[in-house]
Amino acid sequence: MATTAEHFQAHADDHGHDHDHKPAFFARWFMSTNHKDIGTMYLIFAIFAGIIGGAFSGMMRIELAQPGIQYLDTFARWFGAVNPDFNSTLHVWNVLITAHGLIMVFFMVMPAIIGGFGNWFVPLMIGAPDMAFPRMNNISFWLTVAGFCSLLLSAFVPGGTGLGAGTGWTVYAPLSTSGSPGPAVDFGIFSLHLAGAGSIMGAINFITTIFNMRAPGMTMHKMPLFVWSVLVTAFLLLLSLPVLAAAITMLLTDRNFGTTFFDPSGGGDPVLYQHLFWFFGHPEVYIMILPGFGIISQIVSTFSKKPVFGYLGMAYAMVAIGVVGFIVWAHHMYATGMSVNTKMYFTAATMVIAVPTGIKIFSWIATMWGGSVEFKSPMIWALGFIFLFTVGGVTGVVLANGGVDDVLHDTYYVVAHFHYVLSLGAVTALFAGFYYWFPKMSGRMHSEFLAHVHFWIFFIGVNMIFFPMHFLGLQGMPRRYPDYAEAYAHWNQVATIGYMVMAASLVVWFVNIIYAFAAGKKAAGNYWGEGATTLEWTLSSPPPFHQFETLPVIEEAAHH
Amino acid sequence: MIFGKTASAASQSVKALGLSLASVLAAAATPALAQAAAASEPAAGSYVPMKPTPGVGMPVPDGIGLQQQYSKLGEYGAWIHDIVLMPIITAICVLVLALLVWIAIRYNRRANPVASKTSHNTLIEVVWTLVPVLILIGIAVPSIDLIAKQYKPAPKGALTVKITGNQWFWTYGYPDNGDFEVISNMLNLPGQPTINNGVREVGSKPWDGPSHLEVDNRMVVPAGEPIRLQITAADVIHSFAVPSLWFKLDAVPGRINEKVLMIEKPGVYYGQCSELCGAKHGYMPIAVEALPRDKYDAWVLTHAGGVVDGQAKPAAAAQVVPAETVPAAGASEAPAAEATAEAE
Repeated sequence: MATTAEHFQAHADDHGHDHDHKPAFFARWFMSTNHKDIGTMYLIFAIFAGIIGGAFSGMMRIELAQPGIQYLDTFARWFGAVNPDFNSTLHVWNVLITAHGLIMVFFMVMPAIIGGFGNWFVPLMIGAPDMAFPRMNNISFWLTVAGFCSLLLSAFVPGGTGLGAGTGWTVYAPLSTSGSPGPAVDFGIFSLHLAGAGSIMGAINFITTIFNMRAPGMTMHKMPLFVWSVLVTAFLLLLSLPVLAAAITMLLTDRNFGTTFFDPSGGGDPVLYQHLFWFFGHPEVYIMILPGFGIISQIVSTFSKKPVFGYLGMAYAMVAIGVVGFIVWAHHMYATGMSVNTKMYFTAATMVIAVPTGIKIFSWIATMWGGSVEFKSPMIWALGFIFLFTVGGVTGVVLANGGVDDVLHDTYYVVAHFHYVLSLGAVTALFAGFYYWFPKMSGRMHSEFLAHVHFWIFFIGVNMIFFPMHFLGLQGMPRRYPDYAEAYAHWNQVATIGYMVMAASLVVWFVNIIYAFAAGKKAAGNYWGEGATTLEWTLSSPPPFHQFETLPVIEEAAHH
Repeated sequence: MIFGKTASAASQSVKALGLSLASVLAAAATPALAQAAAASEPAAGSYVPMKPTPGVGMPVPDGIGLQQQYSKLGEYGAWIHDIVLMPIITAICVLVLALLVWIAIRYNRRANPVASKTSHNTLIEVVWTLVPVLILIGIAVPSIDLIAKQYKPAPKGALTVKITGNQWFWTYGYPDNGDFEVISNMLNLPGQPTINNGVREVGSKPWDGPSHLEVDNRMVVPAGEPIRLQITAADVIHSFAVPSLWFKLDAVPGRINEKVLMIEKPGVYYGQCSELCGAKHGYMPIAVEALPRDKYDAWVLTHAGGVVDGQAKPAAAAQVVPAETVPAAGASEAPAAEATAEAE
């Protein structure tokens, strides 16, 4: 996106040092209304939550390294259980899978990709001085933090057979109602309420900002694709989260006030909960991946030194994914006993999503085709993303088939599938975005060498963890099991070794961050060179505390 | 829906008593079963659990593909997966990888210093929209057909087995055979804490299958005929799943899910609960033993109240035969062993 904003850079520089008027520490970080500071806090929070959620997955992998129960008793004691019996030992497993899922979805990927990168770069990319509602932005963040605290607290109070909520991240009734006495599940529900309210406010903020605060000349069809992706995501959040809120509110009243929304003995239906949950839950998976699509589009274009191929197709493919994403939810429920026509419909509708997704994959490849491709760290992560997301996408086509899902539903095949699109897809996109924008946010260059080392170790590690899970799933190993038959031992062991490889790669990442702050070179305004054409590259690194005090004007000729 | 109230009530009592209820019931059933087994004629009431064949109806060590299928629908489903889906998805991944590798070789900065400015090509955009559509239609045809076949209702005279998921065991009811019920618990694991009180350890009988999968009392059904499975749950949602029979259907409290199962040949087929149901979710496996019809009938008659062919005669006869009737010499050992196994 060519711009004429160079002189605004000069303008910003004039004001950058002396006239920033940064507030003092407490006012700046706890009462923040600055989109960049809030974005930074979201990123730090997401890294913190990710470490906890990742540690939980490490605890699960070590337990799954071999058949039998080896470590759960120790873990139960860590959470404060005194002489846990066998049931409360096993309950810890369910707490781990629940917490891992909820943390990674609500407190790692969403805060990082929407709260972090969205807050930081949507205003910069559209030439806006800040978000539309800066104070609401602040409360969105702190509600997310409060939600996380509520979830952590739930691990230390009774949840039925042991301490903590052991319902799975889906919180299916009646396991989450009559099946889980004690306050743990209530804390979990409250956590989702808080995080959900925060996200809804964030979504309103993004929609308003993108519709009303684009710089002069920045028409909808000139917006960078990352902004498009956040816009679609914000609509998905706005339309799906209230349904989740309703569903978990009904859970809450079923649990505490004697209603029977999901209890057949009072005329309710447990399957109703699943419909409501997945009406939210399926858009939710696109909420986690769409901003990743946007990040990858920016990076691929930058390092190919070419505009994105088929810009309009790319933008409307995301809109199509968002729309169709709302009418495929029951493919998560093929085993619940739905009617034949329903199952056929959801099979067909689900497969339709492969078409816009394919358009995106091929358009990224076409963007690189004929380009002058530089394999800098963000680009290598983006290439990794394209391949890993393809692998995760095609297993989604397999799972879309209602008849085939009979054998794969709730097995490790599903675990492999959604980790390929999330843990390997969304997280890879997050790392790509991190290396792309870290110098812009911090003003310091990271080490390209360490970033490449990080990529390759991570790539090998995650594939070792999750590729064998396809085999386990095809062989019939169910998800959410702490223990398994001898026949499944080999591939589980490989996955656990893969986890250690992946964890080692994160050490390289942390070392790189420390290196950047301690010894990294100062980053120029546009450190990626001629391919980086969006508005954030016209500003200094880091950008001034308040940017675009005079709005940039996008030239008519400036076309994607 | 009609079962809502009862199921809920049952769940209350099961929860109140915990797992001890199951073991108490099983223990109480011991004398009755032994008596019934000993009392009936050897042909009518003899049953020794089948010894499973390694690799049949269970996962194979280090396996990377679907389990071998033992139902017609399973064979069809496995064909769709192995012959239709796998080649397509593998080809797509290889194509994407090959294109990325080619880009790395041909369009890197050194090989191609000046980037082209091409950003549109209507023809290729139409192609990569339409080709995936055609591929998906190709997948959808057999896929929809499979779903249609799976929903074919059971023929009128089909045997009904009523399956109930409980925390954390399965019960199998046989309404067509005198409405007796079998309680099925996982066998305990050697060297691990006791999972089910009063249940033996796996490997203590010659017919025991793999650990984590074998149970004390299997769900016995006739092979080679369609069976109507009616599935519900007493407390929370469970899921009745047997991978080698291409079968998975949730057990939802307050709802009866029905589906036909037809097992091609006799054998033991293992599965596991496939919907998170609480602490011992991982410890409520499913073992389906398919027997020829005559052996199935014999198994039915080992149960108090067991009725064969919808007529009370043989069962009634079995029930009224005085306990002191001496069983035939040759059969005396087997039923005794089997009765113990049943009771455990």
